[in-house]
Amino acid sequence: MKQFLVFVKKEFFHALRDRKTLLILFGLPVVQIMIFGFALTNEVKNSKVVIADQAKDMASQQLINKIEASQYFEIEKSILNRKEIENAFREGKIKAAIVFPENFNYDILHENKATLQVITDASDPNTATTQSNYLGSIITDYQNELNENMAQPYRISTETRMLYNPQLKGVHNFVPGVMALVLMLVCVMMTAISIVKEKETGTMEILLVSPFKPLLVILSKAVPYLVLSLVNVTTILLLSVFVLQLPINGSILLLFAESTLFIITCLSLGLLISVRTQSQQVAMLISLMGMLLPTLLFSGFMFPIENMPYPLQLISNAIPAKWFYIIVKSIMIKGLGIGGIWKETLILAGITIFLIAVSLKNFKTRLA
Amino acid sequence: MPEAVIKTEKLTKRFGDFIAANEITFEVSKGEIFGFLGANGAGKTTAMRMLCGLSIPSSGHAQIAGFDVYKQTEQIKKNIGYMSQKFSLYEDLTILENIRFFGGIYGLSNKMIKEKSDELITQLGLQNEAKKLVGSLPLGWKQKLSFSVAVLHQPRIVFMDEPTGGVDPVTRRQFWDLIYTAAEKGVTIFVTTHYMDEAEYCNRISIMVDGRIRALDTPANLKQQFGAGSMDEVFFSLAREAKRGE
Amino acid sequence: MRTIRFLLQKEFRQIFRNKAIVAMILAVPIVQLLILPLAANYEVKNINLAVVDNDLSGHSQKLVNKIISSGYFKLTGTCRSFKEAFALIESDKADLLLEIPQGFEQNLVRENGQKLFIAVNAINGSKANLGGSYLNSIIRNFNIDIRTELLPVQKSVGLATIETTTSNWFNPLMNYRLFMVPGILAILVTMVGGYLSALNIVKEKEVGTIEQINVTPIKKHHFILGKLIPFWILGLVVFSLGMLVSWLIYGIAPVGSIFLLYGFIAVYLLAVLGLGLLISTFCDTQQQAMFIAFFFLMIFILMGGLFTSIDSMPGWAQFIARLNPVSYMIDVMRMIVLKGSGFQDIKYHLGKIIVFAVVLNGWAIWNYKKTS
Repeated sequence: MKQFLVFVKKEFFHALRDRKTLLILFGLPVVQIMIFGFALTNEVKNSKVVIADQAKDMASQQLINKIEASQYFEIEKSILNRKEIENAFREGKIKAAIVFPENFNYDILHENKATLQVITDASDPNTATTQSNYLGSIITDYQNELNENMAQPYRISTETRMLYNPQLKGVHNFVPGVMALVLMLVCVMMTAISIVKEKETGTMEILLVSPFKPLLVILSKAVPYLVLSLVNVTTILLLSVFVLQLPINGSILLLFAESTLFIITCLSLGLLISVRTQSQQVAMLISLMGMLLPTLLFSGFMFPIENMPYPLQLISNAIPAKWFYIIVKSIMIKGLGIGGIWKETLILAGITIFLIAVSLKNFKTRLA
Repeated sequence: MPEAVIKTEKLTKRFGDFIAANEITFEVSKGEIFGFLGANGAGKTTAMRMLCGLSIPSSGHAQIAGFDVYKQTEQIKKNIGYMSQKFSLYEDLTILENIRFFGGIYGLSNKMIKEKSDELITQLGLQNEAKKLVGSLPLGWKQKLSFSVAVLHQPRIVFMDEPTGGVDPVTRRQFWDLIYTAAEKGVTIFVTTHYMDEAEYCNRISIMVDGRIRALDTPANLKQQFGAGSMDEVFFSLAREAKRGE
Repeated sequence: MRTIRFLLQKEFRQIFRNKAIVAMILAVPIVQLLILPLAANYEVKNINLAVVDNDLSGHSQKLVNKIISSGYFKLTGTCRSFKEAFALIESDKADLLLEIPQGFEQNLVRENGQKLFIAVNAINGSKANLGGSYLNSIIRNFNIDIRTELLPVQKSVGLATIETTTSNWFNPLMNYRLFMVPGILAILVTMVGGYLSALNIVKEKEVGTIEQINVTPIKKHHFILGKLIPFWILGLVVFSLGMLVSWLIYGIAPVGSIFLLYGFIAVYLLAVLGLGLLISTFCDTQQQAMFIAFFFLMIFILMGGLFTSIDSMPGWAQFIARLNPVSYMIDVMRMIVLKGSGFQDIKYHLGKIIVFAVVLNGWAIWNYKKTS
């Protein structure tokens, strides 16, 4: 045991002396939280639109004012013909255009029906759809204003309650995802690199020749990163609660316990990578390009898994981050206890045991 | 005295509070084989790096081949060859590729490159290894390659940092034969070592202890001065006082 | 010039001898280009709905059918109580629930109005928003249907309606892939270029070969160029492969000029590689370089406008996004590939990227010291 501690101490020295890397390791979650919490949003705001007002009458003006007053759109300018609209799109200056026909007001008053044309830049389909929806609801509002005097019989109204996140803040989705991502990266990459580095520089041989079990050597490498990651978890949680105002509804203890499980999963993954690669460069490239992008994609926090083609959905089941993400969401936001997440926890534990087993099996044969 | 190709005056290098090389002063003449001895940590490599233009001195002056060590480092580099203590050539290239690469970097014409590389490979007995990746070769071959690259462009001065470290006696002999041949042609050799028997091969040697030069003379004179039978003993007398190193 | 030729020879030899790197550079981007666009899909569909129908009448059935046939929703639970449905939301089997009160059909006529209750799992805010608004608009349409059914014709006159026709330009089929693929390609090229150049000089530092280089009379800018050019070529190769894959698999061919596209990418790569080289001059170990490069690349990619739009960001974030070369690349990719924009349209982007390239590379050269 004492010997083990000696190794752990050495590893801590290694880790703590590399100031630049340490800075990134601690700074990363902070920056990510800031970005996700404040900069990124799925909402579509401040979209620049162009109005081609061929009517220039009272109704069109009223509606244009209404659009301008909403925070979703910024009216760029008024232009008249199709060619100019096309150019404006090509220059990337606007995302949508609205065309009012010549007799807009007249049509509403006398024919009870008028038609508007909305043109969207569908090279970004999601934004285009969202913009159409927003415009649609502004226009419906306006329509209802016009019709206020008319009674509408047989009205079906709805009461909608948003659960867990009444203000529809994006952070609820992102913070658990950031946790999963950061933990995954730090643990996998750092473990893999640190072990491979010793292989590359030859110091591994010395350790293997020593009377200490090679397994202890490897485990000692994992310990500092375990501690570091727990610190990161704490940082992320503190930031979420105090800066992003995202409360933790469930048990903090359970959250830490699950995080520790996930950290161990990632460390085993790092171990597996290190056992099978010979150079730092390759270990890094595998960790980053082979791990980062899949985690980003298949964990479910950036893109909904249910939208993916079925084979990809199956693949996502093998990604540990996906299960951890569900667990964190359930604890932090839904406030569920172990009863609600035992299934996911079991799966995560299963993946971990599998990874450890495979790495250990490859260990002795490959390390030398 | 023939012209001094290396001239230093109170050359000093500080790293914070630590003075690695302390007021080093000496001169080396053309064609001389100058040995730079000292224990590990004495400051040999630091001093050499300053002379090669790899490190800017903290104070003092030096001139290499007539060029100033502060302002004319690039000129210095054109006129020197360097063999570092830790192997610093490309392990994922072959011996031939390494030689050709550095030949090109030093501006040798294609014809010259071909000539010199053939010559060196023959001289060092590397014919069978020429097309093998350097990474797969044992240390001795690697050192021979480093040597080739150091003398490839026929520099005026060749700096060698522990060239024979870890190398078998036959190869060591070969190296020194090559060093003598070069010196006869007028190339100045500046070599650090802590093999005392090699010290005897040099024209003059200096011994560094704790960053300072404590002795500077021909091996014969030094032995007389210290009343010693061999360079080993001379070294012991001086190095015993050392506070740094092992 | 000759020096550069020797440098390039050496670099390429080293690159091709490293089988792992070659595989990474070529295979990984291709694979990701195949998988990422399939996964990266923000469309909101297949929303899981649980229905609590306390009325079980003709109207309520019709409403539920209408909702399901819209294609946006999947009925994952017909529950008998609110509690049952809520449990489905808790276990993530339903994304939202709709409760229809008892007496819905009767009371609609008798009391002239009825209220439905919807609860939405709003953890994913945007999904909840869209899901909720889809459901509401289907209910609204259902309302109009009912009204027309129940009312005599004259009474429905007098209500003004404003209809909108929507045209979707540049991507009429609203194909999400057309949007994502060029952007993803831009990101992949950035990653490959950025990491490789960041690691390269550092590796020589770590292994020690840089010392032998520093002792030669080689000029700084020659050395840096010798590092820049191979990866620049590799970057272009990866980009070309990517374009080929985009065309073969996704049928995406640039509407605009391919020359313009390549011209822009050529300059953009210089900027990215410059960043990588700059990073490598600051670091002593490959590990550090990797991390720092990753740090910057992650910020650039997240704020590049691929996943979320830049316009929606708060002011300070938009400012940062403007300093981000990746955002320009993604913009230009889409503009040229999808909209057929021309040189005039992208000249500001190009100008800014040129500035980036000059500043970053210049700084890298200045920072690289042969003598320490």
